[in-house]
Amino acid sequence: MATGIVVRKNQYYDSVFLMGVNKRLSQMRGVTQTAVLMGTEKNKQLLVDIGIRGDQVATVQASDLIVAVIAETKQVVDEVLGNLDQALLAVEGDAPRSSLRTFEDALAAAPSANLALFTIPGEYVYREARTALEAGLNVFIFSSNVPVEEELKLKELASERHLLVMGPDCGTSILGGVGIGFANAVRQGRIAAIGPSGTGLQEFTTLVHHAGYGISHAIGTGSHDLSDRIGGITTFAALEALEQDPQTDVVAIIAKPPGANTLKGLGQRLSTYSKPVVTCFLGVRSAEAASHGTRRVAPTIDDAARLAVECLIGTESNAPTGLSDTELQQAADVRQRWSAAQKYLRGVFAGGTFCYQAQQIMLERGLRIHSNAPLDLGLRLGDPNTSVGHTVLDMGDDAYTLGRPHPMIDPTMRKQRITLEGQDPEVAVLLVDFILGQNASADPVGDLVDPIQRARETAQARDGELTVVASICGTETDHQDLSLQRRLLEDAGVIVFPSSTRAALFCAQLLEPG
Amino acid sequence: MQEEAHRVLQDPLVVISVGVRTFAESLEHQGIEVIQVDWIPPAAGDQAMIDLLEDLL
Repeated sequence: MATGIVVRKNQYYDSVFLMGVNKRLSQMRGVTQTAVLMGTEKNKQLLVDIGIRGDQVATVQASDLIVAVIAETKQVVDEVLGNLDQALLAVEGDAPRSSLRTFEDALAAAPSANLALFTIPGEYVYREARTALEAGLNVFIFSSNVPVEEELKLKELASERHLLVMGPDCGTSILGGVGIGFANAVRQGRIAAIGPSGTGLQEFTTLVHHAGYGISHAIGTGSHDLSDRIGGITTFAALEALEQDPQTDVVAIIAKPPGANTLKGLGQRLSTYSKPVVTCFLGVRSAEAASHGTRRVAPTIDDAARLAVECLIGTESNAPTGLSDTELQQAADVRQRWSAAQKYLRGVFAGGTFCYQAQQIMLERGLRIHSNAPLDLGLRLGDPNTSVGHTVLDMGDDAYTLGRPHPMIDPTMRKQRITLEGQDPEVAVLLVDFILGQNASADPVGDLVDPIQRARETAQARDGELTVVASICGTETDHQDLSLQRRLLEDAGVIVFPSSTRAALFCAQLLEPG
Repeated sequence: MQEEAHRVLQDPLVVISVGVRTFAESLEHQGIEVIQVDWIPPAAGDQAMIDLLEDLL
């Protein structure tokens, strides 16, 4: 085996671009592994972990491009590294690099800008976002790993200036029909949503769309906004803005459990809110949430969408609330085909909120569900790379995304994990989610269908059957083509549901027939 | 209160995108005016140097 490395000083690229270059180089004949990354301290450690070290790596900086290759022969290594410029040019495509290098340059070029979108490493966000707020811009921060004290300072500044900070770690917003970050192509309408979770907002907005209604705005707040440390500053600002918004008739809040003080404050605010509100605090028991004065309380994202539509139209909607008789029968039939050894569920999620909601649904059925992102803290996985009993994984967790884009963009880690779980003879059910929409993978199902099929073949060879259950979050107007994605899964023998709630309910029924 | 936050829900968006280019492109596909900044880490990514500059400024 031969290895080689090239360092390009002061040649900075974003993580999505680097993924494209890496994919291109890794597909060349004779290549075992490639790494295309910027020279941050974390990335340098990653290189050491795969066996690449030396003076060249030790001295690189965060603005330097590193390309490392492990291949069968020295000749292949040289060929790959010699191809680097072509690969960079090919990925760059028709879009030449911008001449603007700093936020200040852009402000001078566009004095009418009213929103700044940040997708740079978290440690650099604060100073840039502060500049944006001082210049009077609202801010959307996709980046994660922004220290919480910096988030608080940014949000306090925004509050003084009557601006919105969406994020940090904000996946999704839709403002007046315009999707920012990960977002689905949904109909415009009169229901608004607020939430810290990108996938939670995506699921809610697509379900409202599928019910025949539309979205006025969906405001992402960032994953820490409802913690007591931040106190829901963006959530309260969004509630205020939506209360005044003439396009919005109903507001839904979709979130993991808020901090105790923040939940109390939110309850007080909602008790005087002038528009109907639906709250879905995953993991908070309905009685608890209701006692804080919130209005209509939804235990799942499906329920939130249904209740929001009911608030809008003033009558009960006809959306299904549980599993149909046919689905219950299907669950009973599927169980018959498992071998005696098969008994466990493995969930491999791209959507963190879907992972969390699945745990809520299954814990309510009395199932013990382990996770790297556990709802029951006593069931945290000791090693995120090894599943135990029933396990569901949030593959967007830092444990899996170091040096990589989110699994909604980069399928590598989910592919590996599905392959690993498929080799375990005790696994009976594989639960996966597929999230369509802008900025997500161009073919989410195509990325994973091969390892899914191989896992099913492995189980068949052991005289069992691996039941694969999937949800797709998307609309027919998303560029990935919802019906094509669904058909690809069904052709591979996967049982497909239109929401993560229903997929999790079905899995709970498989494991614990109620 | 919330005058500006309210306005961002009403006014046409003009976006400065700092970082991942594909995020800017997805906005452009929706007809939004976007100014893309191909950001690079300040002071060549040297955190000690950035801290020093912050102190000096």
